[in-house]
Amino acid sequence: MMAVHRSSLVPIVRPSLRAAARTVSLLLLLPCVVLAGCDGAALRPGLLDPAGPVGQAERTILLDSLVIMLGIVVPTILCTLAVAWWYRASNRRAVYAPQWTYSGRLELLVWSIPALVIVFLGGIAWIGSHDLAPTKPLSADRKPLEVQVVALDWKWLFIYPEQHVASLNRLVTPVGTPVHFRLTSASVMNVFFVPELGSEIYAMSGMVTELNLQADRTGAFHGLAAQINGDGFADMTFDTRAVTASEFSEWLATAQADGPTLDDAAYRALLRQSSILRPYTFRNITPNLFEEIISMHLPPGEGPRVTQANADIGSMKEE
Amino acid sequence: MLGKLTWQAIPFDQPIPLYTGAVVGLMLVAVLVWVARKGYVPYLWREWITSVDHKRIGVMYCALALLMLLRGFIDALMMRGQQAFAFHAAGFLPPEHYNQIFSAHGTIMIFFVGMPFVVGLMNYVVPLQLGVRDVAFPTLNSVGFWLTAAGSLLVNVSLVVGEFSRAGWLPYPPLSELRYSPGVGIDYYLWALQISGVGTLIGGINLVTTILKTRAPGMRYRRMPIFCWTALASNLLMVAAFPILTATLAMLLLDRYLGFHFFTNDAGGNAMMFVNLIWAWGHPEVYILILPCFGVFSEVVSTFSGKPLFGYRSMVTATMAICVLSFMVWLHHFFTMGASPEVNGFFGIMSMIIAVPTGVKVFNWLFTMYRGRVRFTVPMLWAIGFMVTFVIGGMTGVLLAIPPADFVLHNSLFLVAHFHNVIIGGVLFGVFAGYNYWFPKAFGFKLDERLGKAAFWCWFIGFYVAFVPLYAVGLMGMTRRLQHYDQPQWHPWLLVAAVGVLLILCGIVLQAAQLIVSIRSRHRRADPTGDPWDGRTLEWATASPPPLFNFAVLPDVTGQEPYWGTKRKAIEAMHLSAEPAYEPLEVPRNSPTGFVTAFFAFFLGFALIWHIWWMVGLALVGAYATFVVFAWRDVTESLMPAQEVARLDRANRTARALALQEMHA
Repeated sequence: MMAVHRSSLVPIVRPSLRAAARTVSLLLLLPCVVLAGCDGAALRPGLLDPAGPVGQAERTILLDSLVIMLGIVVPTILCTLAVAWWYRASNRRAVYAPQWTYSGRLELLVWSIPALVIVFLGGIAWIGSHDLAPTKPLSADRKPLEVQVVALDWKWLFIYPEQHVASLNRLVTPVGTPVHFRLTSASVMNVFFVPELGSEIYAMSGMVTELNLQADRTGAFHGLAAQINGDGFADMTFDTRAVTASEFSEWLATAQADGPTLDDAAYRALLRQSSILRPYTFRNITPNLFEEIISMHLPPGEGPRVTQANADIGSMKEE
Repeated sequence: MLGKLTWQAIPFDQPIPLYTGAVVGLMLVAVLVWVARKGYVPYLWREWITSVDHKRIGVMYCALALLMLLRGFIDALMMRGQQAFAFHAAGFLPPEHYNQIFSAHGTIMIFFVGMPFVVGLMNYVVPLQLGVRDVAFPTLNSVGFWLTAAGSLLVNVSLVVGEFSRAGWLPYPPLSELRYSPGVGIDYYLWALQISGVGTLIGGINLVTTILKTRAPGMRYRRMPIFCWTALASNLLMVAAFPILTATLAMLLLDRYLGFHFFTNDAGGNAMMFVNLIWAWGHPEVYILILPCFGVFSEVVSTFSGKPLFGYRSMVTATMAICVLSFMVWLHHFFTMGASPEVNGFFGIMSMIIAVPTGVKVFNWLFTMYRGRVRFTVPMLWAIGFMVTFVIGGMTGVLLAIPPADFVLHNSLFLVAHFHNVIIGGVLFGVFAGYNYWFPKAFGFKLDERLGKAAFWCWFIGFYVAFVPLYAVGLMGMTRRLQHYDQPQWHPWLLVAAVGVLLILCGIVLQAAQLIVSIRSRHRRADPTGDPWDGRTLEWATASPPPLFNFAVLPDVTGQEPYWGTKRKAIEAMHLSAEPAYEPLEVPRNSPTGFVTAFFAFFLGFALIWHIWWMVGLALVGAYATFVVFAWRDVTESLMPAQEVARLDRANRTARALALQEMHA
C-alpha cells in the first residue's frame, strides 16, 4: 500500500511557493548590487568619494546610519518573507492560531526596537547638525578664503572680494585652505552644490546664506544648481578647480591682469537670462557689489524676454 | 473677447502635445458618440453623473484615478526616455517642454491619481464597514468628486491650450511669480489645484463627520475596523492641512493677478514663507495618502491570513500618532536653507520619530501573518510586496531625515528614489491591493488572478529596476529635473532605469488586460454571496454590488469583527439568522448639483487663467445659482418600499444559504 512508483508521482507546482522563491532569489541579489555599488568604483565620482573634510564627515554619517538601519531592515524583510512562506495556507505543518492577536511582550518589543534605533540615530542627527552646520568655520586658526556667490539666470558668479577678481562658472580654490562662502541669488531660488566637497546650500534673493567647505586634494569637480530655476537649469553647472597654492596665485595674477571689468553695466548684462559655454573671469570688481545685490540696490534678474506673443502680459505686470 | 486666449495658445509647433491632444480628443469624441448612439446617456446621467450614492462616487473617483494614472505614467515614460538619451545630447524634449512634463507628472500623480484613488476607496468602503447606509452629506460628496474631476480636466486642457507649469509640482517662488513665469502654466496649476482642493476639503469634512457621527448601533470607536481608523486620521489631516494649501496658493494668485508681494523678490516679499507654508501642507499630504493604504494592508493581511489584526490597539495608537506628528516635521524638506543646527536637529529628530509608529505597523502585519493561514491572492501579493519595499523606503527616509546626510542628498535623485519608494511601494501598491480586494464587492465578480499576479510581478521588479539606479546616481551627485547632462558615469544607470519603467509599462498593460478579460468573463467569475474572500468586516455582510441602501437592517455590532462572528455562528448552526422584518427605507435622491457646480467651476478656472472676465462673471453666477436651486429643493429623499428591500435582501440570503449548504455538503 505504501509503495508508490516514482513514475506515478504527479509533480505539484504551487504558484504561491514559486512566487515566494522568486522573490527571495531576486531580493538576495539586491544587497549584492547595493554593496558592489558602495564599495566598488561604480558610484564614483560622487558623494562616496569626497575631496574634503565636510564631504568626508557626511559620507561617514551616511554610511554609518545606513549600516545601523540595514541591521534592522534586512532581518525584517527576511522575516516577512519567511513568515509569509511558512504560514502559507497549504502548509499543514504550520501552527494555525486564529485567535492569537495580542502579546504584551511582543508589543513591547515592536515599540522598543524602532524606538531604540531612533534614539541612537537621533543622537547622530543632533550632533551631526551641530558639527556640520554650514555656518561653522572649518578651522580655528587658519583664515579662510572669502568667496561671494551670486546665482544668476543661469550662471554662477564667484566674487573673490579680497583679491578683487570674479569668475563666471568656475570656482577656483587652493587645496587645504578652508573657503567661506556667502551666497545670494539675483533672481529665483537656487541651490549651490559640489558633490565631492559636501553640503549644499540655498542661494536666495535678498538673503545671504553661509557655507564652509574645503578641498583636500587637487582636482576638477562637477558643480551644479540643485533647484529648478527655469529653462536653462541643466546648463547652470560650474567647474570647481582645487589647485595648489602656487597655481592659485598664478590664476589670480592672470585674472587680475586681463578680462573684462565687473561694474554696474557689466553686472546688469549678466542679469539677462542666458547660459554661457566657457567660464571666464572679471577684474576690477565694483566694491560692495555683493552688498548692493543683497540690499536690492541692484535690481533682480529680469526674467524671460517679453516677446510679442506675451507683450500684453508684460504690460499688465506693470499695472 | 477671449482675454489672452489666441490661436498662439495651441502648440502647432510642438508635435508631441499637439498629436497627443488630437488623439485623446478624438478618442473622447468617439467614446461620447458611442455612448450617445447606444442610448447610454440617460443611464449614465441617472445612475452615475447625478448619483449621490457613496458607492457610485467611490467608483468614479477610482476610475478617474486610473485614467489619470495613464496620463501621469506617459509623462514618466517621457522623462525616463529623455534622461536615457540626453547624455551629451539634447534628447527629444526641449527644456521648456521637459520642465512641463515633470511638473505635470508630479502634480497629476499626487493630486489626480493618489488622492482620488484613496478618497475613492474610503468613500466606497468606510460607510459599508461602519454598517451605515450612506455618508453624512451625500450631495456634498458628489460636489467634491466633480470638483476634483474639473481640476483634473483643467490640467489636461493645458496640454493643448497654452502650457502647464514649468516650475515643478510645488512651484517655489520667485520662479513661479509673474516676473519669471509670465505664461499661463502656473495659472493652470494654481486654479486646477484650488478647484480640486475645495473638492478634497469637502470630501474630508464629509468623511470625518460620517465616521464620528454615523456608525452602526454598537460600533464604538474601539470596534471600528482599522481601515476606518486610518480613514479618520487621513480625513482629519485633509481638513487640517488643505486650507493651508488653499491659502498659500491664494497668496501666490494674489501676487500674480493683483500685484501683491507675498513671495516676490521685491517690496518685502518672502519666498521662504511659501516654502514653509507649502510644506506645512505638503508633509501631512503624504500621510493623507499613505494612512488609508496602511488601512488597506491591515484589512488585506488580516483577511488573507485568516486572523484578526495583531495588536489592534497598537495600530490605532500608531495611526493617530502619525496623524499628529505629521504636522511637526515639515522643515526636513529644506534643511539646506540655512536654518540653525538646533532647528535642523529638532526637525530631524521629529521626522525620525515618525518611523517608530510606522515600524510598529510593519511588525504588526508580520505578526498578523504569524500563525495564520496565508493565501497568496493578488491583494496579498501587493501587501507582501509593500512590506518588503516600504521598509527600504522608510530606511532611506530616515537617512534623509539626518540633516548632515540630507546636506548632500537634498534634491538629488536619491531623494526622488526615496519618495517613489514610499509612494509607489506604499500608496500605489496599497490602492492596487484595495482595488483587487474590493473590486468583487463593487461589481459582483472577481478580477482575473493570473493576470493580476503577472501585473504585480512586472510592477514589483520594474520598480526596483527603475529606482535602484536612481538611488545610485543620487549618491553620485546627480540632481533631479535635469533635461540633459554630461557626466558619463550617470548614463548607464539612467539606461537601466529606463528599462525599469518599461517593465512597469508591462505591468500597466497587464492591469488593463486584467480588467478587460475579467469584464468579458464576468458571468463565469460572478460571486453571488457577497463574501468572496472569506472576509471579516461588515462590507462583506451585504450583497455584491451592495444595494442602494447597503444594509436591509442595520447590523448590531457586538465585537471587533461583527461579520466574522455572525458568519461563524451561521456556519456552526448550519443556517442563516432568521429573516429580519423589512421596513421601507429612506434613500437620498439624485442631484445634478455636483456636476453642474463643477461644470461652472471648470469654466471659472479656465476663464481666470485666460483673463476672460465676462466668462468669470457668468461662471460665478452659474455656480451660485446652482447652489440656490439646491438650497431651495424640498424633497431630498425618496422612500424605497419594504417589498423592494425584501426582494433585494432575500436574493442575497438565498445565495448565502446555498453557499452554506455547499460548505456542509
